[in-house]
Amino acid sequence: MILFDKVNKRYPSGHQAIINLSFELEAGEMAFLTGHSGAGKSTLLKLIMLLERSTSGQLLIDGKNLSRIDRTQIPYYRRNIGVVFQNHQLLFDRNIFDNVALPLFVSGLRPRDVGRRVRAALDKVGLSGKEKMNPIMLSGGEQQRLGIARAVVHKPKILLADEPTGNLDPQLSEEIMGVFNKFCEAGSTVLVASHDLELVSSIAQRLLRLEKGFLVEDKKTV
Amino acid sequence: MIQNRRRNSKSSSSLLSGHDFNNQALINRLQSYFYSHYLAFSSATSRLSSLPFRFLSISLVIAIALSLPAGFYVAAINLQKITNITDNSNTISIFLKTTVTQPQIELLKEKISLEEGVENIRYISSQKGLDEFRIESGFGDVLEMLDENPLPPVFLIEPNRKFQNNTEFIKKLVFKLKKEHLIENIQIDMMWLKRLQAISLIGERLSFMLGAILAFGVLLIISNAVSLSLDSRGEEVVVIKLVGGTDSYVRRPFLYTGFWYGAVGGILSWIFIAIAVYWLSMPVEKLSALYQNSLELEGLGFFGMISLVSIGVGLGLLGAWLAVTRQLSGIESK
Ligand SMILES: Nc1ncnc2c1ncn2[C@@H]1O[C@H](COP(=O)(O)OP(=O)(O)O)[C@@H](O)[C@H]1O
Ligand SMILES: [Mg+2]
Repeated sequence: MILFDKVNKRYPSGHQAIINLSFELEAGEMAFLTGHSGAGKSTLLKLIMLLERSTSGQLLIDGKNLSRIDRTQIPYYRRNIGVVFQNHQLLFDRNIFDNVALPLFVSGLRPRDVGRRVRAALDKVGLSGKEKMNPIMLSGGEQQRLGIARAVVHKPKILLADEPTGNLDPQLSEEIMGVFNKFCEAGSTVLVASHDLELVSSIAQRLLRLEKGFLVEDKKTV
Repeated sequence: MIQNRRRNSKSSSSLLSGHDFNNQALINRLQSYFYSHYLAFSSATSRLSSLPFRFLSISLVIAIALSLPAGFYVAAINLQKITNITDNSNTISIFLKTTVTQPQIELLKEKISLEEGVENIRYISSQKGLDEFRIESGFGDVLEMLDENPLPPVFLIEPNRKFQNNTEFIKKLVFKLKKEHLIENIQIDMMWLKRLQAISLIGERLSFMLGAILAFGVLLIISNAVSLSLDSRGEEVVVIKLVGGTDSYVRRPFLYTGFWYGAVGGILSWIFIAIAVYWLSMPVEKLSALYQNSLELEGLGFFGMISLVSIGVGLGLLGAWLAVTRQLSGIESK
């Protein structure tokens, strides 16, 4: 589902953020991406999202070569991917329902199907019944789960997360990781970036470790 | 043969169902397309109405910018109307010296009326001129204060229809009349008319020039206003792009914003022009009565209103489009 083949990424500043990186993630597989701050985790996810372009090497997502996707096709490509951020990027000028419904409206889903899908997504992350509330009224952990609901509402094949437990306490962090686990079990391909080695080591999953842009470790924990 | 027919009917029925399916898909897509427009429209509208003062002040600036060229245009078409009305009444005004005596006047009138090409000659004594002026201008009180009648006696000559538009002939006639020592001054209304026509033409050109410059100004105003609201919604744009929104999806609500600015600006400017025309129509009608004309000031009219609002809307859409496109090119990597 995700295939990196000798991928390099150099920023215009000259910094080499990803160096000769190769790995494959099968459909339905889950992996953690770890490494110190500045190792290149976010850059790797941005390459998959086409927020950045690789400078060399091949990147195949769901069989599609990303270098063949031009600017006008990017929006349609992105609808296959769900993404969760540390700063969850929620919109506080609208209620919870409208936040989660955004990917559906954007892809032109019929309004009558939207309600059902949104409620199903909120249900999966344990936020059902709060559609009318403003996200600002939620706790940090709930906001992060809302971000996940938005990322999965359109049933993407791939779910990406960048430091989803960034400023949550250990117990909440484990809870969030559990949510990702559930999506993997439901058939999604999941890739979670986190610098919290202690947390990711405690979960039985594949672990990819980056260091200064190199992939230095690829193992199965516990 | 039978088999063949059966196969045919089968394939046609599957084609039919495929057709049905496509229709349904098309209806679904149209439905969601219109719904997304509805969402964009209502979000733009509610955002603008939540900051009514800002919306109105920007619309007002746009209205003023649109009113200037539109006002010039209205002035130009009214000048043209004056020149059209007066076209058939090219008169020559002959101002006599104030010292002329009644017999001299009679003699001169006789003489001039015998000139070739003079169709009609009318005498207006200085007293009659004063009376007419007093009635029509409303400056009666001021005139009371004068010791002497300042108006000279006048002959109004109407040239023969044949020579109406023959400038050469009229010039020759004037040249001949100027030799009369009783005549102080001769004025040809046609000259005045020609000047007016030239002025109205300049006015029209000026309105188009001014229009082009100010249209650019309106474009800048609207694109700046949209940029301002884009800045406060930068996060929203980023999220929409992230979840697979197309550029046109991002643009849509802002296009409606530009639409509202342009439409309201256009309507306001039409109202300004209508008020100005109404306000000026009374004195202008009085003035035209003074020249024995009945001129009614013309406003922009229905077609003018439609054009003004369309121009406003067009500029609004273009300005918004430019602002969002500039913002989007800053977000996307490629
Ligand atoms: N837009 C950018 N321009 C230049 N350098 C960047 C940019 N983004 C990230 N970097 C650099 O690339 C390296 C990897 O960054 P990042 O992928 O964010 O690491 P991580 O997410 O693992 O902390 C860092 O050294 C960072 O400074
Ligand atoms: Mg990072």
